[in-house]
Amino acid sequence: MERTVANTSPASVAQIWDWLDKVPDPEIPVISLVDLGVIRDVAYDGDTLVVSVTPTYSGCPATGIINMDIETALRDHGVSKLELRRKLAPAWTTDWLSDKGRAAMQEFGIAPPQPTGGPKKCPNCGSQHVEKLSQFGSTPCKAQWRCTACLEPFDYFKCI
Amino acid sequence: MTVDKEMLAQFLLRMGDNTLVLGHRVSEWCGHAPILEEDIALANTALDLIGQTQLWLGHAADVMGEGKSADDLAFLRDVWDFRNVLLLELPNGDFGQTLMRQFLFDAFQSILLPRLMKSTDAEVAAIAAKASKEAAYHVERSADTVVGLGDGTEESHARMQAALEYLWPYVGEMFASDEVDAAMAAAGIAPDPATLRDEYDALVGKVLAEATLSIPSDGFAHKGGRSGKMHTEHLGHMLTQMQWLQRAYPGNTW
Ligand SMILES: [Zn+2]
Repeated sequence: MERTVANTSPASVAQIWDWLDKVPDPEIPVISLVDLGVIRDVAYDGDTLVVSVTPTYSGCPATGIINMDIETALRDHGVSKLELRRKLAPAWTTDWLSDKGRAAMQEFGIAPPQPTGGPKKCPNCGSQHVEKLSQFGSTPCKAQWRCTACLEPFDYFKCI
Repeated sequence: MTVDKEMLAQFLLRMGDNTLVLGHRVSEWCGHAPILEEDIALANTALDLIGQTQLWLGHAADVMGEGKSADDLAFLRDVWDFRNVLLLELPNGDFGQTLMRQFLFDAFQSILLPRLMKSTDAEVAAIAAKASKEAAYHVERSADTVVGLGDGTEESHARMQAALEYLWPYVGEMFASDEVDAAMAAAGIAPDPATLRDEYDALVGKVLAEATLSIPSDGFAHKGGRSGKMHTEHLGHMLTQMQWLQRAYPGNTW
């Protein structure tokens, strides 16, 4: 009879998701890659673990770092046969941000995306009196807004 | 219906070279824009365009099947192999001219890309779905800026009118269809660009009227970029900048 050693049996898909939920987004480290919604699928193809990843913005420079961070994290957990697949369709949308991620973002000072196209309130003082400064912010996924009550500028995570 | 691979590759090069050449031109503003917010906006626009280029040229390379990569196509081709429209290779000029060109192209992309989302080529449809989201906020910003500067001060208005008069003769090329476009339309891969002209004129006419700018009445159009027959002298100069590293140190990587 073949003997199976416990620590060489492959990690469950649920376990992989759990590990990936500990990998921080390189640009907004308070949310995980799972919160960001870029991990589209985790599955085994034979004994190879296949993780499908979608880019946020097509030119986002973090895409390469994200792939590297996924690979590093899973290898550290003992995953040896790993394949990362780029999944372009359906295109990433901010609808895929988790509720946990939205809350963490707000706490961190970044207004989470809203279907109305602008932030609901200032992440600093909570005022609803806010105005847009620029459609582009510190990263491709953010716009710059300002609170007209406390006058603090802040990042707004664009809704796409 | 099967499509001629060479024709499909030409179509994809046109898409990818447009975003590559404009992306590079816009990146030339990095560190030079009039204010920080505009600098960041231009750099981010360039990033989106270069990202779209990786997708279009990556697909072109796959269709060509010669084992090349998107990088090979971007950095190892010479002027005569580029298929971008002439509008996009022109030097930036001042900030107003850069944003006018951006608007004239963004308006075109914002009409073309949603059509391409229904392409019979699944990869074309996927790239278009991604890129059209970006084109939608690009055109929102470039249209706003064109209106702000056109309907602005006496000087900004004069500069925007001059930019429009300089760039307008390059607009027609985007709609000058040929046998490649006919093949794409027949295969359901992409619409014939000539069929997009009315919608384009309506959109551009509305924004330019709001900007208090007059569209030149002369219908002359410079051509040759997207067919590859001829480019302006400016593209070669641009490529010496863009490609020098791979030319000086072939195969070098980061
Ligand atoms: Zn506030």
